[in-house]
Amino acid sequence: MFILGSNVFYAISPRVLKLTIDKIEAGIEPRTLLMYCSLLVAIAFGHLIFRFFMRTTMISASRKIEYDIRNDYFSHLLTLPISFYHNYKTGDLMARATNDLNAVRNVVGPGIMHSTSNIMMFVFVIALMAYTSFKLTLFALIPLPLITLVSKLTMKHIYATFKKAQEQYSTITAKVQENISGVRVVKAYVQEDRETQIFSTLNDRYLELNLKLTKIRSVLFASISLFMGIALAVLIWVGGKLVMTNTISVGDFVAFTVWLGMLAWPLISFGWILNMIQQGAASLTRIAEILDIPPAIRDNELTDKSIRAISGEIEFRDVSFRFPNTDADTLRHINLKIPHGTTLAVVGHTGSGKSTFANLIPRLFEPTDGHLLIDGRDIISIPLKTLRKHIGMVPQETFLFSDTIAENISFGVDTFNGAELEAAASLSTIAHDLDKFPDKYETLLGERGITLSGGQKQRTALSRAIIRKPSILILDDAFSSVDSNTEEQILHQFRDMLTDQTIIIVAHRISTIMHADHIIVLDDGEIIEQGTHNELLAMNGFYARLFEKQRLEADLETL
Amino acid sequence: MNTFHEEEIMGKAYDSRLMKRLLTYMKPYRWQVVLAVLLMLVATALDLLMPYLTKIALDNYIIPHDAQGLLHIVWLFIWVLVFQFFFQISQAYLLQWIGQKVLYDLRIKLFRHMQRLSLSFFDKNPVGRLVTRVTTDVETLNELFSAGIVAIFGDIFLLAGIIIVLLKINSTLALITFSVLPVLFYITIVFRKYVREGFRQIRVRIAKINAYLQENISGMLIVQLFNREKKNFKKFDVLNADHLEAYIRTIVYFAIFFPAVELISAIAVALIVWYGGMNFNSGAVTIGTLVAFIQYARRFFRPISDLSEKYNILQAAMASSERIFKILDTVPDIKNPEAPWEVINFRGHIEFDHVWFSYKKDEEDWVLRDVSFQVLPGEKIAFVGATGAGKTTIISLLCRFYDVQRGSITIDGVDIREYDIHFLRSHFGIVLQDVFLFAGDIETNIRLSNTAMPREQIIKAAKDVNLDPFIRQLPNQYQEEVKERGSTLSMGQRQLLSFARALASNPHILILDEATSSVDTETELLIQDALKTLMEGRTSIIIAHRLSTIVNSDRILVMHKGKIRETGTHRELLTQKGIYHRLYQLQYKGENQVSS
Repeated sequence: MFILGSNVFYAISPRVLKLTIDKIEAGIEPRTLLMYCSLLVAIAFGHLIFRFFMRTTMISASRKIEYDIRNDYFSHLLTLPISFYHNYKTGDLMARATNDLNAVRNVVGPGIMHSTSNIMMFVFVIALMAYTSFKLTLFALIPLPLITLVSKLTMKHIYATFKKAQEQYSTITAKVQENISGVRVVKAYVQEDRETQIFSTLNDRYLELNLKLTKIRSVLFASISLFMGIALAVLIWVGGKLVMTNTISVGDFVAFTVWLGMLAWPLISFGWILNMIQQGAASLTRIAEILDIPPAIRDNELTDKSIRAISGEIEFRDVSFRFPNTDADTLRHINLKIPHGTTLAVVGHTGSGKSTFANLIPRLFEPTDGHLLIDGRDIISIPLKTLRKHIGMVPQETFLFSDTIAENISFGVDTFNGAELEAAASLSTIAHDLDKFPDKYETLLGERGITLSGGQKQRTALSRAIIRKPSILILDDAFSSVDSNTEEQILHQFRDMLTDQTIIIVAHRISTIMHADHIIVLDDGEIIEQGTHNELLAMNGFYARLFEKQRLEADLETL
Repeated sequence: MNTFHEEEIMGKAYDSRLMKRLLTYMKPYRWQVVLAVLLMLVATALDLLMPYLTKIALDNYIIPHDAQGLLHIVWLFIWVLVFQFFFQISQAYLLQWIGQKVLYDLRIKLFRHMQRLSLSFFDKNPVGRLVTRVTTDVETLNELFSAGIVAIFGDIFLLAGIIIVLLKINSTLALITFSVLPVLFYITIVFRKYVREGFRQIRVRIAKINAYLQENISGMLIVQLFNREKKNFKKFDVLNADHLEAYIRTIVYFAIFFPAVELISAIAVALIVWYGGMNFNSGAVTIGTLVAFIQYARRFFRPISDLSEKYNILQAAMASSERIFKILDTVPDIKNPEAPWEVINFRGHIEFDHVWFSYKKDEEDWVLRDVSFQVLPGEKIAFVGATGAGKTTIISLLCRFYDVQRGSITIDGVDIREYDIHFLRSHFGIVLQDVFLFAGDIETNIRLSNTAMPREQIIKAAKDVNLDPFIRQLPNQYQEEVKERGSTLSMGQRQLLSFARALASNPHILILDEATSSVDTETELLIQDALKTLMEGRTSIIIAHRLSTIVNSDRILVMHKGKIRETGTHRELLTQKGIYHRLYQLQYKGENQVSS
């Protein structure tokens, strides 16, 4: 409606101009002249009003759609399982939320606005032109289809060359990446000149493609002006003759020149808008691809909503696990019962399946085979929220948010008081470090704040898990950056304070796990040894060798 | 995460210091620039001629009914069009050509400069950031040259041209037309102020959204484990809504501004018509004049509309050029001596004399402490020690990737800082732990820059390190393409290829950091065999991970916590029952001793 109004006003103004000029030629009263001039301004004002509403409604609508898509995208991401994040890179997911979203928005906003507006204007202007003089319209419009033809032809060419140039650009990027990653070899083998040479050659080609692109573009733009000019020339010739024969008035002639100018832009922008719509469609597909992935792990009809709490007995019943698209099991036939309130330690080589084992408990992954039971109930019957609410986990990779330390520690609790915060912090011995910061618990982390050391990060993550007062505490290699004295101290406190919790410790250091109630040794997804520290030593197997090796290492450290 | 935060830093839109420096890159093309400007002048002039010709056609021929004259003017018009066509093409092409050339030069210069920078620079700057400098940042300048500078020049010419022509046709009418300009300028200035602030807000808010989104994607595990989905969504929604609100505000500015410019242009037209109508009878203003004025007025307002877009381009370009210049201004730490030592007879007697070294220049965080040792020409030395003992650092210092802080390293009695760096490195055959393959075929990966190396030498090197049979099995043999992370070659074969590379260059001194990655027994045997060939008759310095390599060396240096703690042969050191003994038990004992 606004578009319609806006274009009616826009297209009609030359008509008023015509009337004015005809009147001027015939001799005009100053008052009438003033009236006509005011009318011109009034029409422009009407155009302004409609244009204003057109822009505000259409562009705002596109921004609101952008807002909705962005929210949908994020809320969907929140439901996707961790395995999804192994398959998609952060950069890729970000690209969809930025570049692709922009492309989509451009279509629903400016794209639709300009295309409908252009079409309407086209129709109105030509209708008015034809109304004024059909013959002249016909003649003047002859060169115009050529514009569309030329832009269509060259657009194809431009697009193909542009794509090639983009590919060359990627090659250049890849070359720079390779060069910088291999800088040691480049320097060691004195390859600097050769590398610059290769880089120059790649750039030569890029330059060549870009110049070709420029050539096509210059020709395109110049041809458009040429055809517009020819249309004008035809107008002057044919129109001029029509004026001479008094078929049309001078005013009509003037109006025609203005209308012709109005038609130029829609013709030129036609190809551009088409391109934008194509891009938008491709981007929408990319966003939809993510939105269409169903959340794999969530509550379903097997969920027993009455379960409100868990006490912490865990049982693995013949559990196997295999990552999608791999051909070997990461965990094989695990059978294990972890009684409530006990500590289980897991050791093994990198890649033996320790983290996978730990990740099954909070249902970050689901067993491919077998059953995992908590408090004697199958894990899938426990509501996901309840399950995770009662688990405190410190994953292998410490991740803290760019927020205050207090916010980070209290990340997983709805309400807490200062005493609870401090208790959690002191249990993980981070409290002592925080006291040294001027802002204490309000210290900001991340880009705009301070950077904690690896050990401090791990201990903050530990507090974050403890403050939830979990029934099950899972520490996946949570002490790797903590020095052994501090670790000793933390574990000692745990033994005193966390007597009611089931604790799972995945670790490399024997000193971390030797006091556990039960220790399992994983190798290639299987439990190969289990027992207490002393029992395992007596077996004289993997565990005993590991112990001996670490004793030697410790010994070396002291030399 | 960096990229999303960087957005927030709003640079100045125009910095004369940066601009001046950017313009110096146009210096080699100054004649082309002059030509381009001349072409542009002509093209603009021709462009401006057209409404004038329309005026003549109307006043002199159409209204007096002179068909013959009209035909003349139409032909003239067409000629102007044809000239205009060619001038426009050549002008646009030439300007773009200059821009592309300048960017080409800048990119090469930047790359060449980075090749000269020391390793400490690459330690400090993540790969991604440096890649962005050479690619994205230079591309941003492309916008400046192609859209920014060109358009600004063109607009200035156009505006000046219109002003002159209008004054010429009818100065009173021209002045009346210009009377709306102050209003236009005022509106533009006000608009720019609001839009600048609006855009700043939008940028800050979109940066916040993206940073938050990125953080949540990276930390999704934690978000889900700690049941934070709802809370974090709410936070996100707030950021998202903030952004929406900021945007809608600027939409209003734009929705007022663009139609307002049109309104002013309509007022100008109305003024022209009014004045023209009033003076028509006196003959001071003709119909043709009116038409010409209306057409000129439209052209006049066009450049003003896309002002804000140019502003953005300029701003982005300034930020990018600042980052580029920062790299160009980085001075390499390792400098080649101005008068390098003239070497007559390179023997390769290496000596570390009380060397202290720390990667952090200003901190005494010593990686090597008072290290002294000698390597005689032809001697085979093995370095052993735990991770972090300082073995790799020794190699890096010897290759002069870094300079020592205290003490000195000499070769044949001359400090390595006095040799030409490239001369020095060309005497080493260096095999690093991670085998680095360049994109290209196998032959090029062995030959590297030595284009003079005969084919036979490459094949012989490959044969000597047992790589040849593998290559023969590939479809394109020596011309088979390898990719950095491609699977053309296995881990073990890659190691053999790096041996071939070192062997083909026939170095005086072999420096080898043995790869720790395990390979199958068969390949292991081939590697051990190849190593023997490689070391034969050469001074060798090896960071050893294989027992066989250690046992085959003349002397073992045991590094521990940045110091050389023990020296001797395998047997001697074992009997000492010191550090080596323990390392042996820890690392090598029980290793499949497949040879010797």
